[in-house]
Amino acid sequence: MYTFSSKLKTFSFILMALGVVGIVFGFLNAPKTIEDVEKLLADSHHGHEVAHVEKIAPQAVDTHIVADTVNVAVAHVADSTHVETNNTTVDSTVHVEDTTAVVAVAESPAHTDNHKTHSKADAHYQDDHKAHLEHVLHQLQNKPWAALYVACIFFMLISVGVLAFYAIQYAAQAGWSPILFRVMEGITAYLLPGSIIFFLLLVAAGMHWNHLFVWMDPEVVNPESVKFDKLIFLKKGWLSVGRFLGTAAVILIVWNYVRFKFVKNSIAQDAAEDNAPYKRNFKLAAFFLVFFIVSESIMSWDWIMSVDPHWYSTLFGWYVFASFFVSGITVIAMITLYLKSKGYLEHVNTSHIHDLAKFMFGISIFWTYLWFSQFMLIWYSNIPEEVTYFVTRIEHYKLPFFGMLVLNFIFPLLILINTDFKRLTWIVVMAGIVILFGHYIDFFNMIMPATVGDQWFIGIPEIGALMFFLGLFIFVVFSALTKAPLVPKRNPLIEESKHFHY
Amino acid sequence: MSNKVIHAIYNDDDVLMDAVKQTRAAHHHIEEIYTPFPVHGLDKAMGLAPTRIAICAFLYGLVGLSVATWMMNFIMIQDWPQDIGGKPSFSYIDNMPAFVPIMFELTVFFAAHLMVITFYMRSKLWPFKQAENPDVRTTDDHFLMEVGVHGNEEELLSFFANTGAVEVKIVEKH
Repeated sequence: MYTFSSKLKTFSFILMALGVVGIVFGFLNAPKTIEDVEKLLADSHHGHEVAHVEKIAPQAVDTHIVADTVNVAVAHVADSTHVETNNTTVDSTVHVEDTTAVVAVAESPAHTDNHKTHSKADAHYQDDHKAHLEHVLHQLQNKPWAALYVACIFFMLISVGVLAFYAIQYAAQAGWSPILFRVMEGITAYLLPGSIIFFLLLVAAGMHWNHLFVWMDPEVVNPESVKFDKLIFLKKGWLSVGRFLGTAAVILIVWNYVRFKFVKNSIAQDAAEDNAPYKRNFKLAAFFLVFFIVSESIMSWDWIMSVDPHWYSTLFGWYVFASFFVSGITVIAMITLYLKSKGYLEHVNTSHIHDLAKFMFGISIFWTYLWFSQFMLIWYSNIPEEVTYFVTRIEHYKLPFFGMLVLNFIFPLLILINTDFKRLTWIVVMAGIVILFGHYIDFFNMIMPATVGDQWFIGIPEIGALMFFLGLFIFVVFSALTKAPLVPKRNPLIEESKHFHY
Repeated sequence: MSNKVIHAIYNDDDVLMDAVKQTRAAHHHIEEIYTPFPVHGLDKAMGLAPTRIAICAFLYGLVGLSVATWMMNFIMIQDWPQDIGGKPSFSYIDNMPAFVPIMFELTVFFAAHLMVITFYMRSKLWPFKQAENPDVRTTDDHFLMEVGVHGNEEELLSFFANTGAVEVKIVEKH
């Protein structure tokens, strides 16, 4: 039996406490009104408002735009978006009261036309500026929410990835892995608290406490409103808060139920007379994998892709899957190495670690394959309505967007390709830390551009949220590991697993 | 130096493995072992050095990647940078996603083929090569261990007979 070391427990509490402080700080520091934002912007880029408006325009695509804009060439997305926004605002507010412009041009009657357009343009600027400030306000108010959301979904999906890996091991009747089943069961224990917090976050979004999901705003699908968005309106059959929360509840309940049954049968097998609990788990694994692949796809549309409701990609579900699957396997390897180093897993040898490292390596490449396939297809055809997704990312997230390729692909490729290296604890742990960080950045890149746009920063709210969920993860997982013996007793494949050598 | 060798023939790979361990413990030099199929762990038991062919393949892959990069940079960017369907041919990196499939394939192509050719060369295999089979049964169901004869022949014969060999003989090697 494993005993939770008091040092690790204290460490996890410290992480959670610091994390809560960071999260609260993030919420308190978010601006409340447009005036706050104006002050913030004036402090940071004084005198560059116009340039800033221009720069931020592609972001506007996501929130307040008319359907027609999607037809313009990519290079001009910024400009045309800008124009569209101007037109809509002009229609609703026709007031020309700019004094300086009037004085300057009024002296010459010949320039009346000019004057009109000029002052009109100035009025546009005023309105545009206000719209821009409101836009930045939403982004900054989203920041602490998005930071929380990214960290929450990342850690929850790690436990889901481990659950999928566990089910695959059962369904494939793998001979090497039963020795690691209890470690995997411990990690999936995080699924329950993780998914409860996550569901509460989704409910918070559904209650309009934040602007994470643009389509949740009822104004957006109201044809009478200035915020009306035809594209979202056409998708409202799927994108409705009730359907969204209902699907999320069903998916999370089934995942948690399956996890509960898996662990129950696994423990029952320890004391069983025959292999009945094992067989039940085998069948459950087969059922779960079918359910999982469907639910995983749906959850990737709902929880991740729908932050960009104008954009869609068919292989997105697989891409998200590869990301958290490799993170899950990495966490299995790291926790196994930790327990092994504390002397708890005497039957785990370097061959088991080698196999896990091979999975880390292989699935990292698989992730890259999907990332590149998605990116290259969209880059190559350059269809404006699809490519804005990557345009905003490359423009505002250059370092995280391409940096994660180094972390998630180049680094594991060069380090984990060597057979001898895959058996060395420090190499696997180092690669594991890099891969986990890289996939956090991956989720960051999926959520942030649509929610906070170019206002992103990995600061106190983001690190705080990460620390809180890391602390919770460590606490829950290692508490769960104390609940059952670390070596399953009567698993039909356990002897083979104990003597596994590669 | 004598060019006589002992041929000890076995009909089971487990017996062969034990025999190899005993032979190594008795410090007889194993010249060669002929088996009809790969015997897991035989190379370790014989104390053979690990293969370096994977390292070769990695280097060949780098060569393939370089060839692909150089070739497409020269053709598409340097020599004749045409506008083909609006693809940005200003620099290699601008248009790189379009080149990645070829970079990948050539890396694999070079790594795979050059590694196979290296294998053929190092193991001296080619289409009209004379087979070096000391006993035809070794391709079917027998295992043959060839050990150089130094010193007492009788002693060696009885030693190998005791290792479970079904047949032990001394042959002149040319």
